[in-house]
Amino acid sequence: MSIFEYNGSALVAMVGKNCFAIASDRRLGVQLQTIATDFQRIHKIHDRLFIGLSGLATDAQTLYQRLMFRHKLYQLREERDMKPETFASLVSALLYEKRFGPYFCQPVIAGLSDDDKPFICTTDSIGAKELAKDFVVAGTAGDSLYGACEAMFKPDMEPEELFETLSQALLASVDRDCLSGWGGHIYIVTPTEVKECTLKGRMD
Amino acid sequence: MECVFGLVGNDYAIVVADTSAVHSILVHKSNEDKIMVLDSHKLVAASGEPGDRVQFTEYIQKNVALYQFRNGIPLTTAAAANFTRGELATALRKQNPYQVNVLMAGYDKEIGPSLYYIDYIATLHKVDRGAFGYGSYFCLAMMDRHYHSGMTVEEAIDLVDKCILEIRSRLVVAPPNFVIKIVDKDGAREYAWRESVKPDATA
Repeated sequence: MSIFEYNGSALVAMVGKNCFAIASDRRLGVQLQTIATDFQRIHKIHDRLFIGLSGLATDAQTLYQRLMFRHKLYQLREERDMKPETFASLVSALLYEKRFGPYFCQPVIAGLSDDDKPFICTTDSIGAKELAKDFVVAGTAGDSLYGACEAMFKPDMEPEELFETLSQALLASVDRDCLSGWGGHIYIVTPTEVKECTLKGRMD
Repeated sequence: MECVFGLVGNDYAIVVADTSAVHSILVHKSNEDKIMVLDSHKLVAASGEPGDRVQFTEYIQKNVALYQFRNGIPLTTAAAANFTRGELATALRKQNPYQVNVLMAGYDKEIGPSLYYIDYIATLHKVDRGAFGYGSYFCLAMMDRHYHSGMTVEEAIDLVDKCILEIRSRLVVAPPNFVIKIVDKDGAREYAWRESVKPDATA
């Protein structure tokens, strides 16, 4: 089993009309044994920027702590929050620093730019950015997620419809992957509010 | 074949560990205490490479004590758990990572009891019940079936005994003896031993 599949994860972010949604599964496992069913993969950097980290949980935790540190320092120096595009570049740089001893993580970054336009991007484990206009996926259920999202995505969805679409895509995909699942976490972010929901799916 | 497991109740946390010190096929001793009392209200149950286990837990214990001397107040369980994770994570990418799995149980006045699962590769997660080793296959299943939040100490010890019974009857090289330690508002202390092979006096 590859090191990326040690803990199991599923992450997806999708763009809507002046909003975005980012969702993850909740399983923390050690290969085929499930340790916990309430693991948080998505973290808030600030009100308009979220990052989800899939892959090896220990590296995801270390990377999240380093990113929070860098963002807090940025906030102190610049007296403002980081833009999503800037943050994505920061993530990419941090990952490439460890080019020959990488973090075994695949991050998914989702945020609202200055003009309230949603921004999503993913990188591989060594920081190669992939910007997308519709959706990005990561984790052991990544392949299934690509299929489900491609089938269900429509451009310019309102927040409610985006929530429905993303939930269905996530739950359908993790049901085909034994290493991820046990419910879902989903954040729907609009310029005015952040809604956080827990999804109940097949608990197996 | 080391078995370490623990659970959280309404105002206490219990950790259990086997007490065999094994080298290949030889059992050196069967009353090795693998649950360290970190400070007055914290317990660390560790399993893994024997040298690393003692070295690492003592290192954590002394650093937790140092913090208390320097700052006048003890670390919270969450802080101690995060410190432990940090040390494991730093060592992970250096020459010799610690091969120690840790279950840290503690009681804080405002927060109550808590249990932290810390993997040898520094995965940290706060849990209600956790287990390491081959025994985890049996313990987690028993705890999933019988655990509910707000158990009394007697109910929890009953569950612990059920887990130990499962390990003894279903694990091929099952450790014979276990130690149970509890932490609650009155502090961290040894609760009981469960011995099926009395270690001799010279051990």
